[in-house]
Amino acid sequence: MQTVFSIAIDALAYGMVLFVISIGLSVTMGLMRVVNLAHGAFAMIGGYIASYAARDLGLAYGFAIVLAVFGTILIAIPIERLLYRRIYGAPELTQVLMTIGITFCIIGIANYVFGPTLKTVPLPAQLQGSVDLGFRAIATHRLFAILCGLAVAAALWYAIERTAFGVKLRASVDNAAMAAALGVRTEIVYAVSFAVAVGLSAFGGVVGAELLPVEPYYALRYMVTFLVVVSVGGAGSIPGALVACLLLGGIDTTGRYLMPEFGEFFFYLAVIAIICVFPRGLAGRAKG
Amino acid sequence: MKRTILAALAALAMSGAAYADTIKIGVVGPFSGPFALQGKNFKAGIDAYMAVNGSKVGDDDIEIIYRDVPQADPAQSKALAQELVVREGVQYLAGFYFTPDAMAVTPLLEQANVPLVIMNAATSAIVTKSPLVVRTSFTTWQTSTPIAKVAKDAGVSKVISVVSDYGPGVDAENAFKAGFEAAGGEVVEAIRMPLATNDFSPIMQRIKDSGAEGVFAFLPSGPTTLGFVKAYNENGLKSGGIKFFAPGDLTQESDLPALGEAALGVQTTFHYAVSHVSPENKAFVEAASKAIGNPAELSFPSVGAYDGMHVIYKMIEATGGEQDAQKAVDAVKGLSWTSPRGPVSIDPESRHITQNIYLREVAKADDGTYYNKEVQTFEKQGDPGLAALK
Repeated sequence: MQTVFSIAIDALAYGMVLFVISIGLSVTMGLMRVVNLAHGAFAMIGGYIASYAARDLGLAYGFAIVLAVFGTILIAIPIERLLYRRIYGAPELTQVLMTIGITFCIIGIANYVFGPTLKTVPLPAQLQGSVDLGFRAIATHRLFAILCGLAVAAALWYAIERTAFGVKLRASVDNAAMAAALGVRTEIVYAVSFAVAVGLSAFGGVVGAELLPVEPYYALRYMVTFLVVVSVGGAGSIPGALVACLLLGGIDTTGRYLMPEFGEFFFYLAVIAIICVFPRGLAGRAKG
Repeated sequence: MKRTILAALAALAMSGAAYADTIKIGVVGPFSGPFALQGKNFKAGIDAYMAVNGSKVGDDDIEIIYRDVPQADPAQSKALAQELVVREGVQYLAGFYFTPDAMAVTPLLEQANVPLVIMNAATSAIVTKSPLVVRTSFTTWQTSTPIAKVAKDAGVSKVISVVSDYGPGVDAENAFKAGFEAAGGEVVEAIRMPLATNDFSPIMQRIKDSGAEGVFAFLPSGPTTLGFVKAYNENGLKSGGIKFFAPGDLTQESDLPALGEAALGVQTTFHYAVSHVSPENKAFVEAASKAIGNPAELSFPSVGAYDGMHVIYKMIEATGGEQDAQKAVDAVKGLSWTSPRGPVSIDPESRHITQNIYLREVAKADDGTYYNKEVQTFEKQGDPGLAALK
């Protein structure tokens, strides 16, 4: 029984970290219909900024997160204006080529500026160490990641489903021309959602840095993981992504605990099974 | 007319070859991509050697030609080696970070009349594939065997081994098991985990549940080691008194700033620590730091490359610059010298390097940086992996 609890708590923690890191991609892919393979690159930029702010400038952790999120958005603005704007609504292959190109450029620049070594984001004293849950210990920052994941999920769901901006966003996604005709400034809606998505990836990069340490190849190394989460959850669906993360985190953790020699066999088996049954992901909507 | 000029030029070029030659050395390694840091270390070691010892052997100029294989890719490695031999006319092949890359090249050596000096690839079997292979790095067996004795001496008799599921990981598992059982210990469980593991909490729980008093771990140096060492701390294994043993790949110097506090006190065995105290190493670190730019990036492949160059220089001396692979290799059999890592020699039979293996502990220096502090020396270690192959 203890083992079951233990696996469950690990699965929850891992799943929530996955969620925080991948949700930005779900927003761009689902709501903006851009296959943004440079998602990991933005997460990495966030990680680098936070690492630089906290380690070299000695800023507080919370401040480093804020700086990372806004710094990454600032860097992403010219990229959006000059590059992404051209590929909205373009065929997926064009988007893939463009964004993977951006990824390689960012990897090269990160390698040049920060060097190839690992960078960490030092945690504040409150998040260091571990909490005793009675039957086992869990790292405090994992609990923090779980809370961050829940907060992000709730805030996003509210923003998309319950606010005026969310209505405009959904309208622009479903039919941009019609929404524009009705007076929605679609380019502003797109720019804001892109900024939010980039900010989320940066946030995920920082919060997840304990699990996925920041180094130049971060952007490519975890790309498959991000894409799997989004495709299983259904692009653009917040609850879908959440369920996908918990499910995949659970399967991966259980497999790793009970049969590590099978590697990621069970993880990908589950992915194949889910995609067979739900081709658009757990909560994906048919394309309108 | 054109043909005559060409013929004349060719004759000139050939006659020139008899006097002062340019001897080319082809170095294959990961100079871009995720392992670029290791390639950078190759280059730093080679540059450092040439800065200290000059770029001439006798009358011959030495020229290094680099070829990039970003990730383990035997086919590309073989193609590049072929190109180096045929088009560039290299007399020596060197470098090779990954075992499969080195393995792929061994069938070429005899016909090309080219010796291969391995500066990293650490699987025991490579030297058996061709009599023209010499290795100046280490093998996983060589660095993992002494830690078994360390574990036993520390009073640990039940150990769980946890390795990444790939060639060197399996080597490490076998080496530790052989060493530990010979010392009278017991490996209670052996876990092989996928290379792409990010979250090590479940593994840590397994370790706890196994009831072992210590854990032996092997992962390739890089991002995953950070997650592993952190998980070891955070899941209460360190505070629970489960001891941590590993070969030095886990605490390579370029990862230490990131590992930091989490790795403090971790004991590893390895052939080289940048902090090794000797005049030779001081000179080496100075030259190599200059070559690599940022001293914090200096790590073990640099010393393999440095000593590899030493061996090649000796080969060139022995052959007088003539291309004779067998003579060159024979000349360095039994060669011994003082490397930055300590006294070393080339074992005449296996052509692998015999060297000291050091037990090190991650310690904090006065300036707040972390380093591998050597605490014990295992002298003149050969490669036990070769014996295990038979």
